[in-house]
Amino acid sequence: MLERAEIVRKEYLRHDKKFPHVWCPGCGNGIAMGAILRAIQSLGLSKDEVVMASGIGCSGRMPTYVDFNTIHTTHGRALTFSTGIKLANPALTVLTVMGDGDATAIGGNHFIHAARRNIDLTAIIINNSIYGMTGGQYSPTTPFGSQTTTSVYGHVEHAFSIAELAATAGASFVARSTVYHAAHLEEMLKLAISKRGFSVMEVISNCHVQYGKKNKLGGAVQMLNSYKDNAVKVEKAAKMSPEELEGKITIGVLADVEKPISTEVYRQVVEQARLKAEKITKEKDKDGVKRYEE
Amino acid sequence: MANKTKAKPKRENDTAAAAASSQAQKKKRKMYDVIFFKNWCKSCGICSALCVKEIIKTDKLGAPYIDDMDSCSGCRFCEIHCPDFAITIKERYPERRHTNGN
Repeated sequence: MLERAEIVRKEYLRHDKKFPHVWCPGCGNGIAMGAILRAIQSLGLSKDEVVMASGIGCSGRMPTYVDFNTIHTTHGRALTFSTGIKLANPALTVLTVMGDGDATAIGGNHFIHAARRNIDLTAIIINNSIYGMTGGQYSPTTPFGSQTTTSVYGHVEHAFSIAELAATAGASFVARSTVYHAAHLEEMLKLAISKRGFSVMEVISNCHVQYGKKNKLGGAVQMLNSYKDNAVKVEKAAKMSPEELEGKITIGVLADVEKPISTEVYRQVVEQARLKAEKITKEKDKDGVKRYEE
Repeated sequence: MANKTKAKPKRENDTAAAAASSQAQKKKRKMYDVIFFKNWCKSCGICSALCVKEIIKTDKLGAPYIDDMDSCSGCRFCEIHCPDFAITIKERYPERRHTNGN
């Protein structure tokens, strides 16, 4: 009998690609990728009906390793490509994997407008609060005062909160989890993938090589343990004051609303227009006017 | 026929032995095997740090090994936290399944 990890490893990974993967030792991207694969396996989706799209960055390497229909797109435009895929074939389950810089900096406009439109996509944003691949520049989610390659004296700008941004922009499902809470992350991913509508899953991940080293947060293990200490469930966070919540990570389902999905409404509009056009042409036929001239 | 009659007592002996061993094992809990896929392991140290029973140790180069396999509780915490898909945890079955009467 195959264990679950073996099934995931044997069926959902591309073994002809170069494994072990390119991510640094202890990188949270690998843990997030495992959670995504396990969520899809337990949802019972076949590999042919899943599409994974990604932008540029460390997380953009993820579609290289998974055995779905995959596309590795330009920087920040993963959501636009996914929108096209979903419009072309609405039966597909489209996962869009993005990093924090990919989703909120260069792709910020696409992100909020995809949330506003409410297309049936799942945006998985792996937030490691830095541009890891390009050498550790600050990103829109870098916390205030932290040191990076481009903010040597401490970062002077304030950080985005991706999940709150998405909820305000109109996403129908928003959840947040960390890579330490891998089982919780898998549950949240299952909810996000099975939700009809634009669902955003923010995964707080560790970049101990670029971010942790400069800010003296320790290695992968210390950063994972800090998520364990700082994470607060949504139910508990509702009872806490804003002062207590400073520096804490709220995990769980942050928004869950039902909204009409734009692709379905669009199809209804197309149908209405078609019926109207047929009616007009029938009336013209009665009058004896030729519909088509040769 | 002769073969069958020869084989029968062997089986009975085996089943009796297996029953005795299974009775002995019933008092114990389930056993698990932790298998490392060393080709993919990058020695990040997450599994040894997060192990609840603290049985995963690291050698000089940081590569993990199991100190006391029998005390693994099978929580799979290391398995889901391995970024490199290098850990598999398998339930350990009694030996009679492997020997098959030999």
